[in-house]
Amino acid sequence: MNIVIAGAAETDHLGKLPHYSAIGLQLEAARNALADAGLTKDDVDGVAAVGMPGPVQVAHALGVTPAWLDGTGVGGSSFLFHVRHAVAAIRAGLCHTVLITHGESGRSHVGAGRFGLGADSLLGQFELPYGVFGPATTFTVTALRYMKETGLTHEQLAEVAVAQRRWAHLNPRAMMRDLITVDDVLASRMVAYPFHLLECCLVTDGGGALVVTSEERARALGVRKPLVHVLGTGESADSPIVSQMEDFTTSKAFRRSSEAAFAEAKIDHADVDHLMIYDAFAHVPIYGLEDMGFVGRGEAGAFIAEGHTSPGGRLPMNTNGGGLSYTHTGMYGMFAILESVRQLRGEAAAQVPDVELGVVLGNGGMFMSAATLVLANRRP
Amino acid sequence: MTTSPKPAPKPTPDTQPFWDGTAAGELRVQRCLTCSRHYFYPRPSCPRCGSGDVEWVTASGRATLYSYVINHRPAPGFQDDGPYAIAVVELEEGVRMMTNIVGVDITPENLRLDMPLRVVFEQRGDVRVPLFEPAGALR
Ligand SMILES: [Zn+2]
Repeated sequence: MNIVIAGAAETDHLGKLPHYSAIGLQLEAARNALADAGLTKDDVDGVAAVGMPGPVQVAHALGVTPAWLDGTGVGGSSFLFHVRHAVAAIRAGLCHTVLITHGESGRSHVGAGRFGLGADSLLGQFELPYGVFGPATTFTVTALRYMKETGLTHEQLAEVAVAQRRWAHLNPRAMMRDLITVDDVLASRMVAYPFHLLECCLVTDGGGALVVTSEERARALGVRKPLVHVLGTGESADSPIVSQMEDFTTSKAFRRSSEAAFAEAKIDHADVDHLMIYDAFAHVPIYGLEDMGFVGRGEAGAFIAEGHTSPGGRLPMNTNGGGLSYTHTGMYGMFAILESVRQLRGEAAAQVPDVELGVVLGNGGMFMSAATLVLANRRP
Repeated sequence: MTTSPKPAPKPTPDTQPFWDGTAAGELRVQRCLTCSRHYFYPRPSCPRCGSGDVEWVTASGRATLYSYVINHRPAPGFQDDGPYAIAVVELEEGVRMMTNIVGVDITPENLRLDMPLRVVFEQRGDVRVPLFEPAGALR
């Protein structure tokens, strides 16, 4: 059974939205995605959303009585997991049409408690006592080890931000659009050495949603937008706290989830026209390119610096501007999927010509979990 | 007892022996009696072979610097420290843990990866946490 993304949309606005609650963002995104598909909430019988407020509240607020729910909450990669789980559920006959929603008041903190863990949690006992202060001081702790072992330079790390800003410059919805240089990045405020402000993601409010169903049902319901086929999916995890990650120079979860997705889709790297790699911080796309096998060990920094992922390059990556320049609500994975869908439909702001096959790599937590999707605008 | 403004961990039944160790001035980790490997963080069975036949041992306290960041935006309780190192160290026993580096000016030049370190302890509320200081030429 071919499974497709039949609807995909973001909230009307992204950025600083203190007049929206987290659930409000999810519901706006959900309505937009259903409208995009030409469907109504009565066509939906499955709902997936992260943790609190979670799929029950989303379904209830929308007026959907679900036959299937998924509340998998593994940070920013959750929505890729939801797509994978929805594919399996639809194929198993547990439900027919799944709505996956994301909405987070990441900047304004309206209607959602701030992320926090007790002093008796794993993080509370073995990382928080050392003054970690959000992802900028924990996700980043692997980078110096990677730099020592591979020779990645500070300038190459900065090039990641420069490359993504080139895409954001072409995207009117991106929060940061002015072109920047390596010198600009290295001159920006030091947040957590070796990371400068421009090597860290934005903090925004926003949301997005997807409608996943079978190709057969999408056609029967008269979905008008080009269908995006889910050709392969994978998921994995490494460590719940970054200090216990298996190896600071490579993500086991990136490797495992991508191997699974590529194998299921029966594709090779040369088939990939467009790539999204979750970029919470500048080093993450470097790990992603290597762990997914697009370049060899230690080669990603030079690959990005040479412009291969920039506009006009041979591997267009993070074409919305990414979490560094487009938007980052705290769980960016939904926005990575949505940009891949837009590129495959030919409706992206910075459209890459002739995109038929895209790959999305999502990260959760601080290298905690990962999922990979292989998407295409043609049948498998 | 000093009252540090910094976050203090709260032990659980699984981790109590670790924190009893730090209170006694010892760094204790677990070791699997089946496969002979040390492991960290505290848990009731070996993550490598699955054996529940495990023991607590006192580590040497010697470690090397595996990786770090220098945080310029202090967490609550750390405002008076200036930029401070959030580090991951690798113990002689082969396990890694997050910590702070103390006893040296916190600069990239002073913090060379793989440099030798040794454990020291700092009181946080009712609990003592392990920190690390240079063990080599800098001291
Ligand atoms: Zn064992």
